Amino acid sequence: MSALNIKKGSTSHSAYDLRSANSEVEASHTLAVIVENEPGVLARVIGLFSGRGYNIDSLTVAEVDHTGHRSRITIVTRGTPAVIDQIEAQLKRMVPVHEVQDLTAEGPSVQRELALVKVKGKGDHRIEALRLAEIFRANVVDSTLESFVFEMTGTPEKIDAFADLMRPLGLVEIARTGVAGLKRGA
Amino acid sequence: MSKQMTGAKMVVQALKDQGVEVVFGYPGGAVLPIYDELFLQNDIRHILVRHEQGAVHMAEGYARSTGKPGVALVTSGPGATNAVTGLTDALMDSIPIVVLTGQVPTFMIGTDGFQEADTVGITRPCTKMNWLVKDTAKLSDTIHQAFHVATHGRPGPVLIDIPKDVQFATADYVPAEKAKISHYQPRTEGDRDQIARLVELIESAERPVFYTGGGVINSGPRASQLLRELVAETNFPITSTLMGLGSYPASGKNWIGMLGMHGLYEANLAMHGCDVMINIGARFDDRITGRIKDFSPRSKKAHIDIDPSSINKVIRVDVPIVGDVTKVLEEVLRQWRARGSKTDQRGLSQWWKQIDEWRAVKCLAYKNSTTTIKPQYALERLEALTKGMDRYICTEVGQHQMWAAQFLGFEDPNRWMTSGGLGTMGYGLPASIGVQIAHPDALVINVAGEASWLMNMQEMGTAMQFRAPVKQFILNNERLGMVRQWQELLHGERYSSSWSESLPDFVKLAEAFGCKGIKCDDPKDLDDAIMEMIRYDGPVIFDCLVEKHENCFPMIPSGKPHNEMLLSADAEAFRSGAVLV
Repeated sequence: MSALNIKKGSTSHSAYDLRSANSEVEASHTLAVIVENEPGVLARVIGLFSGRGYNIDSLTVAEVDHTGHRSRITIVTRGTPAVIDQIEAQLKRMVPVHEVQDLTAEGPSVQRELALVKVKGKGDHRIEALRLAEIFRANVVDSTLESFVFEMTGTPEKIDAFADLMRPLGLVEIARTGVAGLKRGA
Repeated sequence: MSKQMTGAKMVVQALKDQGVEVVFGYPGGAVLPIYDELFLQNDIRHILVRHEQGAVHMAEGYARSTGKPGVALVTSGPGATNAVTGLTDALMDSIPIVVLTGQVPTFMIGTDGFQEADTVGITRPCTKMNWLVKDTAKLSDTIHQAFHVATHGRPGPVLIDIPKDVQFATADYVPAEKAKISHYQPRTEGDRDQIARLVELIESAERPVFYTGGGVINSGPRASQLLRELVAETNFPITSTLMGLGSYPASGKNWIGMLGMHGLYEANLAMHGCDVMINIGARFDDRITGRIKDFSPRSKKAHIDIDPSSINKVIRVDVPIVGDVTKVLEEVLRQWRARGSKTDQRGLSQWWKQIDEWRAVKCLAYKNSTTTIKPQYALERLEALTKGMDRYICTEVGQHQMWAAQFLGFEDPNRWMTSGGLGTMGYGLPASIGVQIAHPDALVINVAGEASWLMNMQEMGTAMQFRAPVKQFILNNERLGMVRQWQELLHGERYSSSWSESLPDFVKLAEAFGCKGIKCDDPKDLDDAIMEMIRYDGPVIFDCLVEKHENCFPMIPSGKPHNEMLLSADAEAFRSGAVLV
């Protein structure tokens, strides 16, 4: 077996080609997936991601057409261009999937997320939290003498920025919906 | 004209409407109403298996050898979980099968009832699509949809889970022609502009190769016919994956043999050295490509596939064509002929000269023996003695499978049933029964290894009960041969658990099942023994005791490129030291 120089006793060979991870740059993509709203459809889509080792950064889903039983799943994922293409192709071939849009790749889009942010504090901290909330156009949806719940919508980055500012002011809890998105224009 | 009937009757009616003639199955509590309906009719034949895995592999064998969807019927819980291996096998090899499972009544789902399992949850990743039907009114429609999905686009397994109360309840039956039209209508016509680019590649190629796969066979007999026309008119060399054997005849003059990990030297080097690679219905599996970054480094690649996700999944191609092989090849031939059927004759004759040099290496050469049966010799004799017969070959998984692919010649599609993608040991015996049920008068041989064969040997009972005269040709080396080979070459000859101890006496085992057993360990007796097997009117277990330490060559170790192939010491070139290119 001299042709391959495989030494007797060698253990470095695998039954599979153990490649190092692809070195291409990863990017975040927002995908809108229109599906038949039938039992198990969300599990099917998520199963594709876990089964093939793709990432999910956020996920939202709701029925958007009650008569046609269509749901819209918005998935924020990360990957190299080849992986993103593969995710799209894998989604498109699923039987209950009607349409897949890559909102990141197919021109400009609007992407928004809703967050509820609970901040606990007294005195100056409380005043400062309220002042910052105004700047961020967050609404107060619940209040006690020592807490607020703010509601705000925006890009995930805006919500991150708001949460970062609230942390030293007494942030206790945050609930986020994940991104919903639409293409811009008609 | 809607007709009221129970869900159980609907199942049988829908199967009849879909043209189903045979169901492979095993009864149990949750499918008894359906079994009751099967009992009351004579149009659909039920083949009682011995284990649900066998039912699914039989359905696969039936489907692969006929081109029609295979059907299996099993009960809830363990019946469904036993079907999982077969479903995964069919998914990997794109085989259209419809599996019906019983389920506990709807009101019991989620209570951990007796023989309850989350069947749609468990089988979601190993089916193309599955359904839990909770309403009898939707049952017939769902069954028609299931057949549509299994057979359209890239074929695959589907599963319908039917709770017992849904089988008892009554509703209107929806006939197939009135069923809701599925939105699942995958694209079958290839893009004409991309096809035009492929035609230009065909015209200008100096060192082309056709690399074909199971997609050609799945596309139907017309695809093989068109492929043969294209190969004959272009005079390009053609190789095929394990799954695609038979779409181009092994006796054809442009055939350069199977490619891949245990493919022929000339086929792999043609893939490595070509300037134009035309992939028709194959998927760049890792057993084909070896090391990705060195895969066919100098070629322009075209890829015809009905599944868009197969394209650019592993290998980036220059000309992607999504479509059905038949339709795409029709258009390729039309455009290429309309432009004058041109090829680069000079380049091509050089290329054939090169391929002939590679062929002269005789990579399948082996050292024969007068005292021990070499497995390659056994297959050469099997080939010689059965060639030209109405023959179907199944295999298990391992060395014998690769030798069968190397030493048996396939002249037509649908004649070769093997577990390619999943590599399921235990596939061959039940698959051979499925093939024999579909082709009662044909010679159906399962080329097996003794270890694989034992995995589903209970199905010999099925073969006996249904008079399926399958021939089990077991190349018995008392080893897990392929595991042993890897351990010898890659794991320092540490033969960890790779020998078959406590083997049964296969002749006595055959007698116990009531069929014929033949044992042969002398090359001089082999021809007579094979003839005895062929002539016997009934199932045969043939225990062919072969050389225990034979390795299967050529071999491309995983992660190596095509031009770093291990050859047998008996291959001509090895002696002259011309192994690497």
